[in-house]
Amino acid sequence: MAHSATVPTSSKTSSWFGGKEPMNASYGKLMMWYFLLSDAFTFSGLLIAYAVLRFKEVGYYDSDFAKKFSSVKEAGEKFITSDAYWPIPERIYNAFPFFHGVDLPLIFVGLMTFILIMSSVTMVLAVEAGHRRDRADVEKWMLWTILGGITFLGCQAWEWTHFITGSDNGAVRNVWMNGEWVQQTVKGANLVMNEYGPSAFAFSFFTITGFHGFHVLTGVLINIIIFYNSALGIYDRPGRNYEMVEKVGLYWHFVDLVWVFVFTFFYLV
Amino acid sequence: MANTYQDLAPGEIPKPQTKVIWRTFWILLAITAVEFLLAFTMPAGTLRTIIFILMTLVKAFYIVAEFMHLKHEVKSLVYALLVPTVFVIWLIGAMTIEGGSLFDLIHNLYKK
Repeated sequence: MAHSATVPTSSKTSSWFGGKEPMNASYGKLMMWYFLLSDAFTFSGLLIAYAVLRFKEVGYYDSDFAKKFSSVKEAGEKFITSDAYWPIPERIYNAFPFFHGVDLPLIFVGLMTFILIMSSVTMVLAVEAGHRRDRADVEKWMLWTILGGITFLGCQAWEWTHFITGSDNGAVRNVWMNGEWVQQTVKGANLVMNEYGPSAFAFSFFTITGFHGFHVLTGVLINIIIFYNSALGIYDRPGRNYEMVEKVGLYWHFVDLVWVFVFTFFYLV
Repeated sequence: MANTYQDLAPGEIPKPQTKVIWRTFWILLAITAVEFLLAFTMPAGTLRTIIFILMTLVKAFYIVAEFMHLKHEVKSLVYALLVPTVFVIWLIGAMTIEGGSLFDLIHNLYKK
């Protein structure tokens, strides 16, 4: 046994002798955190661009039109859309499926927020079940999370469709066409112009909620893969654990986190 | 965390511990409800915007600290993630002010 005598037997442990994970987090978890940090930078880039685009425009209450009214309350009631000022969000996002023409400000987006927070809760319940190595519970909560994600995507698809289709009557805008200004009825929105407000209003809506929706979509796909793996019992094998559920959970909570910011900056402010 | 339940017999599944999770959920729901209330009762303006942004940061804290478990990680990891984020949030604020300056240039230049 001469060869084993060279192995050091001292119990001295230090950060520099190997066998320890940096920051007490496994490689995969640490890299997920760093990915999320870089992803946060990407979203911040979009929010920074939005901040400039939004605040270089006139807000509705600061516009010459709104100032004609005696009070803020009256001005809010007399709101009409124009490309001369940034619209009031709750007067734009006021539709709900099957309630055509009924003014329901922010109700639908509130429902979407609730669905996403709820799916974040079921995700964290799946992670908790993973810590207990309870496969049936992990499957159950992962399925609820996937369902919540798909429901959110469905809601977003409806909202985009409504936003692009626009109101029944549309709005009249001056359009530069064939060398002269002509009046044209604009319905709904595209990347160039829209019936709600300045061009940047719809443009930033499509870019930022679209980028977030893409994250939800990839999140749902990754969740399905992890659900499939845990249903196969891969994480129950000897030497394996449910840390993958934790990593995908981090991503899913990040998507929820971004929505919290999108909700504030697009729908409330 | 995977080793927390090692004193259990093989095959035995411990009881779920979900108290903190649900408490966090109720906090998030309550803040969102208050945001809705303010959106309809408070006149739009700088004060309301600041309140909304503060409430958003509180919600972000609970999601990151409890749901993403960052509160229970080691300090060096917390700061490695928090410090870069603080600078980026500063940049968002700075560009909001920059947008206001552009507004002044575009709309008020010929009025003075």
